[in-house]
Amino acid sequence: MADRTKLPESIDATEALLRDGGYVPDRALATVLYLSLKMQRPLFLEGEAGVGKTEIAKVLSDCLDRPLIRLQCYEGLDVSSAVYEWNYAAQMVEIRMREATGDTNKDAMEAGVFSERFLIKRALLKALEGEAGRAPVLLIDELDRTDEAFEAFLLEILSDYQVTIPELGTIRAEEPPIVIITTNRTREIHDALKRRCLYHWVDYPDAAREMAILNVKAPTAGETLSNEIVAYVQRLREMDLFKNPGVAETLDWATALIELDKLALDPKTVSDTIGVLLKYQDDIARIQSSEGQKLLEEVKSQMRAAE
Amino acid sequence: MAVSEAEKTQADASGRLPENILYFARILRGAGMRVGPSSIVEAVRAVEVAGLTSRDDFYWTLHSIFVTRREDHAVFDEAFRLYWRSRDLVEKMLQMFSPMAAGEREEFEKKAAQSRVSESLFSGQENKKEVEKPQIEIDALLTASGKEVLRKKDFAQMSAAEVTEARLAMSKLMMPVEAVKTRRFEPMNRVHRIDPRRTLASSLKTGGDLVLPKFRRHKRIHPPIVVIADISGSMANYSRTFLHFLHALTEKRQKVHTFLFGTRLTNVTRQLSRKDPDQALAECADAVEDWSGGTRIGANLHEFNLKWSRRVLGQGAIVLLITDGLEREQDDLLEHEIDRLHRSCRRLIWLNPLLRFEGFEVKARGIRTILPHVDEFRPVHSLDALADLCSALSEPADHRHDPRQWLEAIHAQ
Repeated sequence: MADRTKLPESIDATEALLRDGGYVPDRALATVLYLSLKMQRPLFLEGEAGVGKTEIAKVLSDCLDRPLIRLQCYEGLDVSSAVYEWNYAAQMVEIRMREATGDTNKDAMEAGVFSERFLIKRALLKALEGEAGRAPVLLIDELDRTDEAFEAFLLEILSDYQVTIPELGTIRAEEPPIVIITTNRTREIHDALKRRCLYHWVDYPDAAREMAILNVKAPTAGETLSNEIVAYVQRLREMDLFKNPGVAETLDWATALIELDKLALDPKTVSDTIGVLLKYQDDIARIQSSEGQKLLEEVKSQMRAAE
Repeated sequence: MAVSEAEKTQADASGRLPENILYFARILRGAGMRVGPSSIVEAVRAVEVAGLTSRDDFYWTLHSIFVTRREDHAVFDEAFRLYWRSRDLVEKMLQMFSPMAAGEREEFEKKAAQSRVSESLFSGQENKKEVEKPQIEIDALLTASGKEVLRKKDFAQMSAAEVTEARLAMSKLMMPVEAVKTRRFEPMNRVHRIDPRRTLASSLKTGGDLVLPKFRRHKRIHPPIVVIADISGSMANYSRTFLHFLHALTEKRQKVHTFLFGTRLTNVTRQLSRKDPDQALAECADAVEDWSGGTRIGANLHEFNLKWSRRVLGQGAIVLLITDGLEREQDDLLEHEIDRLHRSCRRLIWLNPLLRFEGFEVKARGIRTILPHVDEFRPVHSLDALADLCSALSEPADHRHDPRQWLEAIHAQ
């Protein structure tokens, strides 16, 4: 396993790689990921909260044994907290030191003060400095939380993998990082940025894939319980709720039920633990009414029919 | 000999496949997707990188390049199914791509198949354009119905005077919430917060002898505006005026999202961002299918809350609700949905073109339901020109815009 950092050579290999890392991808995701690795293009993942967008980056960095650099976006994120910042205090000290020694040549001072020694590197700049053959995975998480102004910084980085610092010049990546951008779509990202990426909509998994995920992530759940959980959650997603439960919620729910030593679903347990699955009062109220009862009965009879 | 044959095939293949992808991209563009020349080049490269192995992989390879919005998925899916319909076409393509299959080259009748597919696709498009748009003139003032009637609409073109007047009115417009503070900074010359970065950079100009403070302050921006406007029969007389207003507003502000509803909800943001007002209005007219029909305010707000609110209200948006509030459906849906809408935006402003304070009679249940949940209530006294809308919005908020005043009037009755 000396060559873990090597990129997969085919779509099948990409799929296998993710599976080894405990992520169950569908064919579409494996294809897009393979293309983005091969073509060195950022991967733009959009989807509801909790469908496993961030997880892809984590698994990738794990499986390929590369450092994961994560940039969590928020409103007001700017160059000094995302790309670089000068260490003002140290620069001031340097100036005073030079004055004390009488070395006040203007050009030398400027070159000395604005050197890499005084540069504080933030996530985006660090991502451009990976060692050859082991470029980091750069995760730009929840891009939709920043304002539009920040997207403009990303354009240069994502298309040419370089950053321009006025005082120092242009810093270019020796080997481009593996860039993964995620968004929850609380606003639309500009087309100019999307154009530079490969786009993929991460959807809720179908029953078979959700079952596979559950088997990997919560292997201690009994077969009956897992089947019922998956069937129940799949039905919930058809109900037009305000917020559908994601895979993350399914896993949380499974863990909760395992902790409660449950072997099968019953109305009381569902009602007690529904807060793990649904996070909106309207949705919870709907499930706790007769609609929820009916749903559970349907799942049960479906299970019996399958046996 | 065998070598040259193989070479020829490869050269041939790299000529055919790009051509087919190009045609496919054109079809996507014709169907309204944004596909530029660069993405066609990308697509050809991607297919080369991925290698043609199966129909599924080919599908997702093209998908990753051409589809940049989730809404486009359905269009892509349909176009892919139609264009690469004959299984043979993809199979042949697979064969062509590998030099091994050189011998079977002659059997390939691509030209014929391709022209049939594109013919059927392109002729379908021409047919679509021939759909006629009947001109409807009905006056359904102060009536509401829940019935769904699908109609198309033609708007009279703008006269030059109208356009000039609109510009003037828009320049005077002051929105109720004009500017909000962001967490970003901008440089400032007066004494304020110290900006360390600029302070130090400028001090180095003097070799560090003089450290003069530079200042910065929080930047202020216009909050995004989301307009949800009623185009049902009872509002039919005004729809041209307020669409014109919305177009001008979209032109003036960066972030304006517009939704129109009668019996169904339509997002016309992209249509309204056209530069030319006539073109924008015409495209709106094409996009909307339920002009001057019934009203289902509750159901439409429900759809908005479910599908759009989290996407367009995220940045502290103010919502402008333009409706007469005449709701036909008699259930609790409206109350619930207007409450949810109120909770998810910075400010909810209701613009009602049909109400006047003098002789105010609130019989309609819909109005009574909406009133308690809005932050501001702005009646428009006449709505013949865009300037009326502008002035209604620009008035400073006072007691007349407080929904509680109106509620008290209701209880006094």
